[in-house]
Amino acid sequence: MYVIVAGGGQVGSNVTRSLAEMGHEVTLVEQRPDQFARLEEEFGPVVLRGDATEIHVLERAGIARPPELVLAVTGDDEDNLVISQLAKEGYGVPKAIARVNNPRNQQHFDLLGITQTVCATTSILGLVEHEMPEHGLVRLLELQKEGLLVVEVQVEGGSPAAGKRAGGLGLPAGSRLVSVFRQGRTELVEPSTVMRPGDQVLAIVPQGSVPEFRRALLGAPR
Amino acid sequence: MRALVIGCGRVGSSVAKGLAAEGWDVTVVDENEDALARLGAGWRDGFVVGHGMDTTVLESAGVAEADAAVVATDGDNTNIVIGQVLQKRYEITTVVVRVLDPARAQFYAERGMQTICPTQTAIAALLDTVRATAPQPSAAS
Repeated sequence: MYVIVAGGGQVGSNVTRSLAEMGHEVTLVEQRPDQFARLEEEFGPVVLRGDATEIHVLERAGIARPPELVLAVTGDDEDNLVISQLAKEGYGVPKAIARVNNPRNQQHFDLLGITQTVCATTSILGLVEHEMPEHGLVRLLELQKEGLLVVEVQVEGGSPAAGKRAGGLGLPAGSRLVSVFRQGRTELVEPSTVMRPGDQVLAIVPQGSVPEFRRALLGAPR
Repeated sequence: MRALVIGCGRVGSSVAKGLAAEGWDVTVVDENEDALARLGAGWRDGFVVGHGMDTTVLESAGVAEADAAVVATDGDNTNIVIGQVLQKRYEITTVVVRVLDPARAQFYAERGMQTICPTQTAIAALLDTVRATAPQPSAAS
């Protein structure tokens, strides 16, 4: 596979090393002279000096072949967005993965159709949520295109849902309880299923409705 | 009519003053508070301190009611991204974006963005001036 990596910081240089070790053909583009010199010492002619948001630099890197994959992993979100757009829209690169440095910029990537993004801050926050069971709700999977989340919630003794039927919980529109895990067994949820303390519930929730969903099942967050 | 000007450097501030003088209700956005000085002591229109990529900044600058926007920060890619956000998210009909790199200006112009490229303008003007004032070399030389 041919891959262009834009940005030779910690992320870009380590990804380049791994891809090369896996036997892929890689070009790494780095703009800063001192960083370029360090990278060239390690990687040799694999590294190209230049601004990867400039079309002639991308062309020297072989964007017109086109590569199977472009990784836009500079420390600048605007640059990563433009590199991804140039690659996908300008040269028909089938896949571009962009790094999001500031999670507040995620919405811009979504808006502009750069669907494959990686954000360290968001990933770490997701792991934190995973590690905090008292948080009550774990995001298991995000279906970006569908705008849905697959979540797991744990019903507690004091939860508004405890003792109620699934059909009468007043859940937000578009959300659905799929299954409960109780006493070592998984059951599909019917409208008549009564929620019990200790139930681990698997559910589908529209992206924006998580707070409302959480309130209906678990009450106000502590 | 309301206009938004993102970036209050030499270009942005002059565009803002020009629009205000023509009766537009202008709000200027710049990261640097000191940039307000470029608008002059008599500036009575809006000025918001913040980054144009930040939607809360755009919204406090009245992006929802804007009829036109000029994006002229000192970063080409910043301008390109903000311009698309103003067009696609806030559906402002007239969005004009300054892009210094002729290649990127053309790339985004072909995709429906109104880009202004001062570099390209300068190149054309320089060539025209040389052609108009100097004797032309013969094809053979």
